[in-house]
Formats: sequence, structure tokens, C-alpha cells
Amino acid sequence: MSDIVISAENLGKRYRIQHQQQRQRYVALRDVLADKTKSVARRLWSAARGRRPDVRGQKSAEDFWALRQVSFEVKQGESVGFIGRNGAGKSTLLKILSRITEPTEGRVRIRGRVASLLEVGTGFHPELTGRENVFLNGAILGMTRAEIRRKFDEIVAFAEVEKFLDTPVKRFSSGMYVRLAFAVAAHIEPEILVVDEVLAVGDAQFQKRCLAKMGAVAKAGRTVLFVSHQLNQIRRLTNKCAWLDTGELRMFGSVGETLGAYESNLNSPSEDSRRALVDDHHRTNFLSWDLSSSPKGRRNCLQTAGEFALRLKLRASKQIRNGHHGIALYRNDQLLVWATAATGLNLDPGLHRLVHTFPGLPLRPGSYSWRVSLYDESGLLDDYTCTPELIIDTLPVTHPRDEWAGLLNIPTKFDVERAELGDEGAPTGLGQQKGEQND
Amino acid sequence: MPQELIIEAGRGERQYWRDLWTYRELFYFLAWRDILVRYKQTIIGIAWALIRPLLTMIVFTFVFGRLAKLPPDGSAPYAIMVFAAMLPWQFFSTSLTESSNSLISNANLISKIYFPRLIVPAGSVITSFVDFLISGVLMVVLMVWYHWIPDWRILCLPLFVALAFAAAVGPGLWLAALNVKFRDFRYIVPFITQLGLYVSPVGFSSRIVPEKWRLLYSLNPMVGVIDGFRWAILRGETTLYWPGTVASIVVTALLCASGIWYFRRVERTFADII
Repeated sequence: MSDIVISAENLGKRYRIQHQQQRQRYVALRDVLADKTKSVARRLWSAARGRRPDVRGQKSAEDFWALRQVSFEVKQGESVGFIGRNGAGKSTLLKILSRITEPTEGRVRIRGRVASLLEVGTGFHPELTGRENVFLNGAILGMTRAEIRRKFDEIVAFAEVEKFLDTPVKRFSSGMYVRLAFAVAAHIEPEILVVDEVLAVGDAQFQKRCLAKMGAVAKAGRTVLFVSHQLNQIRRLTNKCAWLDTGELRMFGSVGETLGAYESNLNSPSEDSRRALVDDHHRTNFLSWDLSSSPKGRRNCLQTAGEFALRLKLRASKQIRNGHHGIALYRNDQLLVWATAATGLNLDPGLHRLVHTFPGLPLRPGSYSWRVSLYDESGLLDDYTCTPELIIDTLPVTHPRDEWAGLLNIPTKFDVERAELGDEGAPTGLGQQKGEQND
Repeated sequence: MPQELIIEAGRGERQYWRDLWTYRELFYFLAWRDILVRYKQTIIGIAWALIRPLLTMIVFTFVFGRLAKLPPDGSAPYAIMVFAAMLPWQFFSTSLTESSNSLISNANLISKIYFPRLIVPAGSVITSFVDFLISGVLMVVLMVWYHWIPDWRILCLPLFVALAFAAAVGPGLWLAALNVKFRDFRYIVPFITQLGLYVSPVGFSSRIVPEKWRLLYSLNPMVGVIDGFRWAILRGETTLYWPGTVASIVVTALLCASGIWYFRRVERTFADII
């Protein structure tokens, strides 16, 4: 089935942001009163005409485009993930697709019933019991009473709250609340399901069940649009991915491609961390770094599990005697992974390359950053957190279960051999049987 | 093949009325929710629905009949005369108050879920209507108490009920929509209902109003409704002032139509400004 179910053309959504204008220095009471009366009259008049009040000359209004020129197509049965930083416009886009808000320009063509889950527990009333809330929430999400009655037992079983059906929801723990809310939403059977970051709450087991349920929905041939910040969820669930960046659709393609581009962009320096690489002849500083084995064009990307060299370009503006060079590797959550230092360096003025050769760096794929420093007898010369960050893009050695992903990425070989009692310390021979390596 | 839906700035008319039908169960559910919530964790529960109008009626009979000594209409017992007017008035004033706040108190629904927003204020009118029906039962009890048997005119009561419903919906929609953008209306509405209670012929008969002002007075839609209720219940002891009734009907129709028009017009901005 390759019919197009969602087709967005040049969508745009504009909000007006108000700013209070600066008051003039000397303000007469007469002017203030006249201004206020005029502004009230003006607002009432435009309200009566149903238009927004004309804010020219009153306060300055700025146009904020939450979405601009967004166009894409989704075919039936596809699962599309939406990624982007906070404020990129993902929720706005979902709101437009769910008809909650209107686009300022452009249009969307939708074929099929849309059910959106933009917030878990919408419509839940704390005073009503679990049973009553299931009916209420189901009705709000678009199910008929008969449908809810039919699926009631399934919903309750999925949420695992059988015992608490007749307690008011305000007495539920937050976990129970979220489970019940998601259970109701998971049993709507729309043609298009739109989910917005609702899986951020709930424990890991619950998230797994929800993902499994959404996966089942997708397998049943329904279209799923899914926003998440957890990229592994996007990888698991979706087959296409859209990357929104400050209101524009930056990329729309396969999951691997889009996520890769997003992640490497994520690790590019932001404005404040970018060091202006001023090649100042009067200063001693690090200029750049690269890897000996990186593929062309991606000099900060490590793709080999074996030996490689890290090269740091340094400009020394003066003679350095007894220099001390430190290097540290941090994970993207600022965990110090490794550090070492070289002492007793003597460098002439000019450009140098400091080379660290690694026999391997078996770290889990992701982004890391180098931090290097140089001291000499007079003190600190430079302390530089290298940009861009190091991206390790080796083949991950994974456990079939997500929660067993660790820090390191060591490609082990696995063998099974015959053993005897008391043979500790004997060398390993050729394996009699070979087990399967976890991959 | 499901039908194609186009979402665009400024579009959406035909789909809306079809959606109202698709989401018709939501009328019931929202009203059901509001009624349930009202009596949760109360001891006497649903009995409050009877006690409140009963107490109001007692107070009003006392205040208007004994203290203010307003003359009753014909030979009907004063309590019935007051109650016949209290019934539609309570319906009108509670539905006005509730529907003007309905959109704001359901802000979480409006900003997160799609459904035709008309359902929300309509749901509050329905909730007040349920109260109205319960008070209607009380009215019947009262009539039995006074051995008051109405004549054929009582059959016209459903028409006036429909008129009361329309009179509640029209201004309700206007206020609900206006209140989203201009929260001032939250303070204006109680004032309107207070004033309206004394201006409308609840505690007195509209015969008190001098003849030359009668038509102008009838521009208040509740005048027509209340007069009609009295006429239907009180066995024709009151005569219906026809020009007034027609004026009320016209005003109600205008308010309803314009209410729906304005509501639909501003509805698309609700999620952004609520």
C-alpha cells in the first residue's frame, strides 16, 4: 500500500510576540489617560470585528515563525520519527496535524482518522474513578461508548490497575496514572497515530510495553508519527525520520541517515563553545586536531576499533622549556573517561604536531570530547576543549536487551572448550565448540 | 477509502458540522463528567440537586412575597408563580455562568485534543438543563401540594423550554468565546446574572411594567421565556403579551445565530490564546 496519507505543503505557523515599548522620558498624565482610552477603544473595536487588535504603535510585535516552509509526504503504514532540539517546532507541527491549531500558511492533506496523544492523561479528572476516567478519556480521544465497553478489559489489563478501578484517580500513584492514561490511548484504532514525547514518563518496563504496543500498531499497517528525544526509541520504532531545526524541515529520510546527521550536528560546537581559531602569533595555543584514520571529510570521526593516532596542531609563540601537556577524554555527559600527560617537552617557536597513538579506543559509539592543555615553567599556556567533538562510529557490540548497553565497546571473541577439574591456569587450546558471538 | 481532509488557514466549514455528529457522544460525556464531579465525595450526593432549588424557592417566596409584598398574578399560589419563573431563570443563569467559563476550565482539553469546540459550552448548557429537569420534578411536587392542576396550556411548555434552551445557548456562546480572549468577562457575567434576576419578571409579574415600555422590556429574551412559563403553568391567569413574546423570540434567534457565527470565527485561535 503506497498511498499517501499525509501530504504537507509549505506549512507555516506564525505567532506574534509582544514587547513592551520603552516609555518616553516625560509622560504627562493627560497623555497616559488618552493613550489608555484609545487603546481600550481600539481593542474593543477590533474584538467586535473578530480580528486581532492592531498593535502598531502600541507595543512592538515581533513575528515568530514556529514553522516555516515545511513540506513532506507520509505514505500509509510508514512510521515517521520527528527529532529536533527543544523549540524546533515539533509539537507545533503535531498540533497542526491534529487540527488543534491552524497553520498560518500552507496546507496539509490528510486521509484517515487521526488520533493524537500529545499529553498523557488529557481529560482525566482527578475526582472520577479509574473506570469513569477510562470512559471519559476514551470518549475524548474519539472512541464511541460501545467501543470502549468492548475494549475495557483489554485496557485495564494493559494498565494493570484492576484493583484500583473504583478509586478516584487523584489517589493513584503517578506510575499508575500514566499507565492507565497510555492504556486508553493505546487502544484507539486510528488510521494515523500521532504521539508526542509521552513516553518520557514512566519506568523502563512501562516504556518498553508502550513501544511494543506502538510497534504492533505500526505493524498492523497504520501510520505512526512519533516525536521523541530518545534516539534509540526512534531507531527501534520508526523507519523514516524528519529533523526539524528552528521551524524548518532540515532533513527527511531514512532513520540511519537522519539520525547520523542530527547527532553529528548536535556535537558541533555551539556559538559560545566555539573557539575563534585566531592564529595569533603572539599566543601559544592549540589550533586544531584530527585523527590519522578518519574517513575523508569527517576528520573527527573514529571508525576503527584498532590503532589510530590523534594529532593536535599547536602553535608555539615562544620557546617552551619543560612543558607539560595534558590530555583528557570526556564522555558527552562530562564523565572523565581517560587522561594522561606528557612532561618535559621542549618546543621551538612555530607550528608543531603533538601525536598520541592509541592501540585502540574501545568505547561505546557516541560523542566524546578531548580536552588538552599545555603548561610551561611560567604557568598555563592553553587549556582547550577541542572542537569539533570526537564521534566514535564503530560497529557496536550490543546485547539483545537495551538496558545492558555499557560504557565500552569491546569486540570479543567467544569460544567454548572442554575443561577439567583443576585446570585453572592452563592455556586455552583450540576450541572444541565455538559459541555464537553476541552481536 | 476514507475521505481526504484538507487543513488550511481559513478552511474547515463543511467538515465541522460532520465532526459535530461524529463527536456527538462527547456532549453526553462532558455533561456526565460535570454532574458526576459535582456530587463526588458528598454524603447526600444527588439529593443536593433537589435541595438547592427547594431552598431557593423558599427564600424567594419569602423575600418577594412577604417582605417585598409584590402582588401575585391572579389567584395562583404565590409559591407556584415564583417557582414557574425561577425554573427558567435558574437554568438561564447557571448555564450562562458555566458556559462562559467552560472553555477556560477545559483549557487542557482544548490545547491538546481535537474536537469541535462548540461541544464544550453546549455541554455546560446541557448540565444546567439536567438541573432544570430535576427542579421541574420539584415543580410538579409543588403543584400537587397546592392541588394546582394546569390546563391545556401546559402542553405549550415544551416550546418555551426550547426557547429557554436557545436563550441560554446564544449568550453562552458569545460569552464563552469572548472570555477566552478577554478574561474581563469572568467578572462581568456574575454582574449580568445578578442584575438580570431583579430586572427579569422573576419575583414579580411583567404586568407591573407600564404599557409603553413593555415592548422594550421584552427585548430581554428571558422576559418572553418567563412569561411563557407562567402562562403555560398558571392556567391562563396571566395573559400572554404577544408582541413581547415575538420580540423575545426574535432576539433569542439573533443571539443564537450570531453566537454561533462569532464562536466559529474565533475558534481557530482558541488553542493559541487560551
